[in-house]
Amino acid sequence: MKPQPTHIFQKDISNCGLTGFISKKGTRVEGSVIIKSISLMHDRGNGLGGGFGAYGIYPEFKDFYAFHLMYENAMAQQLAEEYLDANFHIELQEDIPTRRTKAIANPPVFKRYFATPLETDEYREAVEYQGMTDSDIIVRHVMAINHEIEGAFVVSSGKNMGAFKGVGFPEEIAEFFRLEEYSGHIWTAHNRFPTNTPGWWGGAHPFTLLDWSIVHNGEISSYGINKRYLEMYGYLCTMLTDTEVVAYTLDLLIRKHGLSPALACTALAPPFWSLIDQLPQNERDLYTAIRQIYGSALLNGPFAILFASNKGLIGLNDRVKLRPLVCAEKDDFVYMASEESAIREICPAPARIWTPRGGEPVIAMVEGNV
Amino acid sequence: MKINAQGIYYRDLNSTIREAVLAGTDQIELNNVNGQYFIGDGINKPVTITINGVPGNDLAAFMNGATIIVNENGQDNIGNTMNAGKVIVHGHAGDVLGYGMRGGKIHIRKDVGYRVGIHMKSYQENKPVLIAGGKAGDFFGEYMAGGVLILLGMFTDDPAKDKHGYLFGTGMHGGVIYVRGGVDESRLAKEVGVFELDDDDRAALEGYVAEFCQDFKLDVQEVLKERFVKVLPRSKRPYGNMYCPMPK
Repeated sequence: MKPQPTHIFQKDISNCGLTGFISKKGTRVEGSVIIKSISLMHDRGNGLGGGFGAYGIYPEFKDFYAFHLMYENAMAQQLAEEYLDANFHIELQEDIPTRRTKAIANPPVFKRYFATPLETDEYREAVEYQGMTDSDIIVRHVMAINHEIEGAFVVSSGKNMGAFKGVGFPEEIAEFFRLEEYSGHIWTAHNRFPTNTPGWWGGAHPFTLLDWSIVHNGEISSYGINKRYLEMYGYLCTMLTDTEVVAYTLDLLIRKHGLSPALACTALAPPFWSLIDQLPQNERDLYTAIRQIYGSALLNGPFAILFASNKGLIGLNDRVKLRPLVCAEKDDFVYMASEESAIREICPAPARIWTPRGGEPVIAMVEGNV
Repeated sequence: MKINAQGIYYRDLNSTIREAVLAGTDQIELNNVNGQYFIGDGINKPVTITINGVPGNDLAAFMNGATIIVNENGQDNIGNTMNAGKVIVHGHAGDVLGYGMRGGKIHIRKDVGYRVGIHMKSYQENKPVLIAGGKAGDFFGEYMAGGVLILLGMFTDDPAKDKHGYLFGTGMHGGVIYVRGGVDESRLAKEVGVFELDDDDRAALEGYVAEFCQDFKLDVQEVLKERFVKVLPRSKRPYGNMYCPMPK
């Protein structure tokens, strides 16, 4: 009798991949570069999600909020456009250019709108009597569209940036969105292997709000706690995926509460109490305060994330480093990725390559007025 | 035999390697490697594979007798469940090195990441040895059940970094760790203690270090001139009482 194999040797291995880079001096780089980097980690995903965050891509409209919207049906588009018309001056609206490809089946409709808030009665009420800023008002509108208009989703809503994402491998999504036609000074990319939540167009990374965008490898086990905490501040989770809470939490901590990015990272991935006990008094007080105030913002579970804004790119691991993150520098460029080879693919000889410690953020901000 | 691995998909590259090994090749040089997974996995012939470039994750997994020389940095999960043979990495390497390794040697010249030597084990003449010439992340020797881990802390790209991270030896219940220049006892897990080397330790250590130095053309005396300490588990069954306490 022929011996039977003990394993299925043809097994797909996957685990999500991410990569990103920033030119601190604001040099704009073509989309083909980030595509090359994420494509090297093709096998970290399984074709159920790919996406890109791109900054500095709309310089001619840099004073307008660039809304990328996704529509699952014509009614959603009609309702969302009525909503936008009622609340915004729209400088330009157009289809997001796409390319029909075999790899992408049944994509939703994508449109973009370069807009500024109209001074409606509601706007004046919000600014004059509720102390809201334009950013607050945008957040409120994003939540309203995502929550109230069935089949309409805001893919991104920041100035001079955009998210491009969907169901497919990242290189397929890049081809679909003609990503090579854009140039930006910060790029992030994600290759998804959905574990706990559906692989749908809205569930691909990055997750965004204003100009924040997050790509994530791992699982946010504390999603329920984080979601309920964010709801108290008016953030509504509608994307059916754990990573969404990271984008909103950072918006709350950094933009609303004024924490520095480094301190916000500490709230997400604080030191263990046993380590805090060993620190000098002033640090002990700081970390104790952060953990007490932001206990509900702590992200539990394994993660490596890249989060970007127009101001910079930040990489962060969970406290015990259960997901990979490698960083490198060359000239004014900083690279962060799940695998060193994904960096080497686009920067063969970096001046420095290192792996940050768990919970230790790598912060690369743009210099001057980029 | 030389293979240009530029842009070659990992499955195709590994098929080519396996076919070459089956055909009796004993020297394979892979050029322009970048990120291809599983190189050298399961190879059970004494072939030498030289890699120019950064190999992908799970290098030398289940390897059984081959030698792999990486003239660059390595990534994560090198030597997973490796049985025999040797991996030499001239740069740094990532997390989870030597996971469940049960024989053979891994020599990394520079820094290593988190969870190095996790669940290493030994049985009779099978005794895995993993040496890191640089510094290590947290959970060094996590759940270690056997074999030898050596941390030198000498060759690093990051002089400001601590020699080793927190929770050193968490869950360790077998094997031995030697550390050049001592350990930070505040970072040791509660399952381990620090001991002086005895003569047997010194003889074994000198042998391991000599081989390491030969691979990287380093001065053995320079490495050995510093005092080493030995980290051992306090118990063979650290979690024996976790669920069902036993009478003393």
